[in-house]
Amino acid sequence: MKYKLIAEIASSLLFARWRQSLVAAVGVMFSITMFIALLGFMNGLNDMLDGLVLNRTPHVRLFNEIKPNPNQPIDRSPDFNTGHNFIQSIKSSGGRLEIYNSAAIITTVSADPRVKGLAPKITAPVLYNAGAIDITGVVSGIDVVAENKLFSFENYVTSGNTLDLKNVPNSIVLGIGVAQKLLAQIGDVIQVTTAKGDQLSLKVVGIFESGVKDLDKVQSYASIATAQKLLDQSNTYITDLQINLKDLKMAPQVAKEYARLFDCDAEDIQTANAQFETGSFIRTLISYVVGITLLVVAGFGIYNILNMMIYEKMDTIAILKATGFSGRDVRNIFLGIALSIGIVGGASGLLFGFLLSIAIEHVPFNTAALPLVTHYPVNYDPFYYCVGLTFALVTTYLAGLFPALKASKVDPVIIIRGK
Amino acid sequence: MADIVLQAKKINKFFNDPVRVQVLNEIDFAIHQGEFVAITGKSGCGKSTLLYILSTMDTDYEGELWIDSEIMRDKTEAELAHIRNEKIGFVFQFHYLLNEFSVLKNVMLPGLKLGKLSEAEVEHRAMEHLTKLDIQSLALKKANQLSGGEKQRVAIARALMNDPIIIMGDEPTGNLDKKNSDIVFDIFKQLSTEAKQTLLIVTHDQSFANNTNRIIEMEDGRVISS
Repeated sequence: MKYKLIAEIASSLLFARWRQSLVAAVGVMFSITMFIALLGFMNGLNDMLDGLVLNRTPHVRLFNEIKPNPNQPIDRSPDFNTGHNFIQSIKSSGGRLEIYNSAAIITTVSADPRVKGLAPKITAPVLYNAGAIDITGVVSGIDVVAENKLFSFENYVTSGNTLDLKNVPNSIVLGIGVAQKLLAQIGDVIQVTTAKGDQLSLKVVGIFESGVKDLDKVQSYASIATAQKLLDQSNTYITDLQINLKDLKMAPQVAKEYARLFDCDAEDIQTANAQFETGSFIRTLISYVVGITLLVVAGFGIYNILNMMIYEKMDTIAILKATGFSGRDVRNIFLGIALSIGIVGGASGLLFGFLLSIAIEHVPFNTAALPLVTHYPVNYDPFYYCVGLTFALVTTYLAGLFPALKASKVDPVIIIRGK
Repeated sequence: MADIVLQAKKINKFFNDPVRVQVLNEIDFAIHQGEFVAITGKSGCGKSTLLYILSTMDTDYEGELWIDSEIMRDKTEAELAHIRNEKIGFVFQFHYLLNEFSVLKNVMLPGLKLGKLSEAEVEHRAMEHLTKLDIQSLALKKANQLSGGEKQRVAIARALMNDPIIIMGDEPTGNLDKKNSDIVFDIFKQLSTEAKQTLLIVTHDQSFANNTNRIIEMEDGRVISS
């Protein structure tokens, strides 16, 4: 009953000056609209740019690095283990890139509950032969099905079918840069020379475009079996094991654990791509700062309008107090006005922000670097909508609180006597 | 002494700005149930100041104020607001209706605020008061569409809304012409005689004062006769 009365008085005051109230609500609406559209757009771009690299980077990569053996013979000798041994001219040893006992590792990793999936890979340096010219490049042997599942490989293959890589023996998917240099098209057969000097004919079954020009000029993909053939290795030969985790944040820990467990090198995504995290963070920060600035400006608008309203309504406040409304009631009336403006402005801001996001999503955006992107990307994460509405309510509450407190302190005697 | 509605005991009031001036000096009187009292005196004698203290709106005074056998000192702002709502009806010189509301709503407001009756009952009672003052036809008009005399009658209906134990008026006829003044006075007189309503009216209109039961005359912050 009591709150109903206060709400009724608040709405009467609100509608008595509906133009002012509308301007205040439109101010809030505008800032929330821009906040939503800006964050959606910024994060859409973020996701796309991150996807460009991060989605194609495994969370944890197991491999063998060519490096000097950390256990030098002299350290093992009991005669020389009392001090620090300085050894000069150590050379990297082994040169064996293969992951030892890969089948067992694959079984163990697949059974780990933290792992979402894994894809084996072989990296084979080659020369593409185009008449008299040799072009250096890299052929990656991949498991197409796993690669499609974990890294959306098929999204980057602009022509041809990725599954042909598995089904057609001795087939290859060329990077678009390589294909242009070789003047190769789907169905053509190209020659490659391996590092050991063997030549092999491979049938082109697809062209892929990653968006990273330099990569497209050297990179091609073949099946695991083809790559093993290229390197003249047995069918257990694998140089890389790419692992995706259910929780990306676990990557550094898991990498360390696997490196120790399997006695190989392990690199996590955070270490490999630290700069992308930073970029995303900065872009998100900028959008929040701009959005909050807009809201603060809208808040000042509400503050001004309520302040003016209170000066205009001094008589009303005085009469309410004289007839038995307490300072608290008066404060609640003006807070009610401010919050109504906030709720109406905020809610319509969310709606218009959503519509603006849809509009942005329909703007064509074509760039050679990103073959699959035809329109601006937008992120519709409900989290931004919650943040937007919360900010709208908090800002209008604070903007209304100070004028409302002032109104609650109006001394009716001064107003009534002053007439 | 149960029928004492309002009692002032040695009330002193000072204005401190710009220098300390005593505006009320040892005000001491009691008002009984059913009395029709006028406070008169020249401009600046402190009669309005006294009324605002008696109305509980001004709390900056020395001495004691008792309303309905309750002392007003040490009550919170919200408690005083509740007392004003329930026990005191106001009529001001400048009508003071809320222009955002209809006449009926203006009259209903104190009743809705008190919250003892349902909205329908409050509306019914408000209509009764308007009918009693012969202005029921104005019920649905906006407050700012009324003439001065009509507004003052609406203000009286509003003051009556919660059946207050006392109605206070600050120059209620001060802004009205002769005809409307007479109408307003007749209403007060009628309330006093028929409903035994206690009334405390500040006025400088001597003919108004002469027709009441009792005159409290003030000069320079003192009561010189009561």
